[in-house]
Amino acid sequence: MIARLAAFGLLAALAALFPLFFGNYPVKLLQEILIWGIFAMSLDLLMGYAGMVSFGHSAFFGVGGYVAALALTAYPGTLSALVLPPLAAGLAALVIGFFSIRVGGVYFIMLTLAFSQMFYAVTFQAAWLGAEDGIVGVPRAQVLGVNLAQPMGFHLFLLSLVALTALGLRRVVRSPFGHVLQGINENEGRMEAVGYAVNRYKLLAFVIAGTVAGMAGALYTQLVGSITPDAFLWTTSGEALLMVIIGGTGTLGGAVLGAGAFILLQSLVSSYTERWMLILGLTFILLVLFAPGGIVGVLRGRVGLRA
Amino acid sequence: MFAQALNGLSYGVLLFLLSVGLTLIFGMLDVVNLAHGSFYMLGAYAGLALIAATGSFWLALVVAPLVVGGIGAAIERSCLRPLYHRPPLDQVLLTFGLIYFFEDLVKWGWGGRIRSIPAPDLFSGSVTVVGATVPSYRLFVIVFGLAMAGAVWLLIERTRLGSIIRAGVFDAEMTAGMGVNIHRVFTGVFAFGTALAGLSGVIAGPIQSAYPPMGASILIPALIVVVVGGLGSLKGSLVGSLIIGQAETFGKAWLPGASMLMIYLVMAAIVLLRPQGLFGRPLK
Repeated sequence: MIARLAAFGLLAALAALFPLFFGNYPVKLLQEILIWGIFAMSLDLLMGYAGMVSFGHSAFFGVGGYVAALALTAYPGTLSALVLPPLAAGLAALVIGFFSIRVGGVYFIMLTLAFSQMFYAVTFQAAWLGAEDGIVGVPRAQVLGVNLAQPMGFHLFLLSLVALTALGLRRVVRSPFGHVLQGINENEGRMEAVGYAVNRYKLLAFVIAGTVAGMAGALYTQLVGSITPDAFLWTTSGEALLMVIIGGTGTLGGAVLGAGAFILLQSLVSSYTERWMLILGLTFILLVLFAPGGIVGVLRGRVGLRA
Repeated sequence: MFAQALNGLSYGVLLFLLSVGLTLIFGMLDVVNLAHGSFYMLGAYAGLALIAATGSFWLALVVAPLVVGGIGAAIERSCLRPLYHRPPLDQVLLTFGLIYFFEDLVKWGWGGRIRSIPAPDLFSGSVTVVGATVPSYRLFVIVFGLAMAGAVWLLIERTRLGSIIRAGVFDAEMTAGMGVNIHRVFTGVFAFGTALAGLSGVIAGPIQSAYPPMGASILIPALIVVVVGGLGSLKGSLVGSLIIGQAETFGKAWLPGASMLMIYLVMAAIVLLRPQGLFGRPLK
């Protein structure tokens, strides 16, 4: 336990000091990994714990991103950067979840996918949202007294949000609520028979995951200073899904590891060859065939780590 | 109006050829084949290469699907077979990887730009039907597509092979227990489904051109057809294709501001009213 705490402390310190030793590109890469890590963790709460495979998680990433872009452009401040985007995404998750959780399996996948594609269709054709060019030139705000326009301020802000999300979601999955979710994943009918209001639990999980995904979207907008309809595209959900699977479903740390592996691989391979999609695709295929359980699965197998 | 309906119909039969494979593969192998659109793309590019080499659209129409079906069979045997008893998410990861793999492979070979596939000389003009001017190639697509749909229907509903496939969709284990070599049937169904996807890729070429991300973009309408019609149901994919084909075309004509929304609204409405799809077996 103490060794683990020390390890995490060391890791956090290294991440915090990262911009002092590395240039713009590696720092941006790390920040991208952190943001996708948050997004992947939120999806893993649904997939890995509640057993709900959503192909429309990009809906909440996009809503968070767009609300942040609109709000920050109009009124750069804490409210716009930190509060409104996750709130709006949570609300969207409440509505979409209300309809989607009533069906299971492939139908749930398709319904969530349809909803996120609807957002794509609407933003793609909405002139007031910049249509296919999206919203550009979004400023970073002064948040809780920290000026995010300043690189180190933004970096530390991002790191603390990742830490808070990880701790928060860890609390959620280890709480009685989290155990009920895992029970639903294992046997929904049994949980219903025992007297749990299964749908209410699933909806709550969906809303929590959507809210966190909205935060990730808002952070992404603040990182790159813009948001486009592509954020809603099903491939955005797909990539997050891949990160979770690569890392190992049902482990929050795995989701972050998966995000790291995905983005590093993508940027590493694409800097050497134009054929990065081919290599990435092959990697996924080989990973499935020879390393089931993802990175965490491999680590546990080889090093003998236990959850 | 009538011309729109014909456009919708030609798109619908295209979707049907695509979704038959998707629905059979899902129904039988329990695999949500996200790479199904990639086989459609491979069909278009194989067609392009064959037309360039031989100058004959008709030869391409026959050979390209065979090539794609062969690739499909190889993929099933090498990549999917080891996954049948693993969690379904593994198949998602694998077939997603295949999308990347094939899309980049095609970019490598042909470049990323849009390539047009010429319609065969015989159907390069346009004709007037009931007062509407329609490219004659579209009429060919409709007639050929409906003929193929009929052939697939006969194969699955009226032949011994078809009854084995239907039995496999209903209960693969039981079918294996009856002494059918289910592995060979799985490979065959996968090859058949991917060959049809390849065929629709060749047919779609003169209407929609060929470009590398075409596979990823056609996948969603095809999946929607399968869900609307009901998983594993042949009748469902026919009716679903026709509905989605019309919804897409009329959506574009009537609601240009929200044209892309149409098919998603149709699907959401159907799933909410009838989760198992129009012709699917009841859930649970």
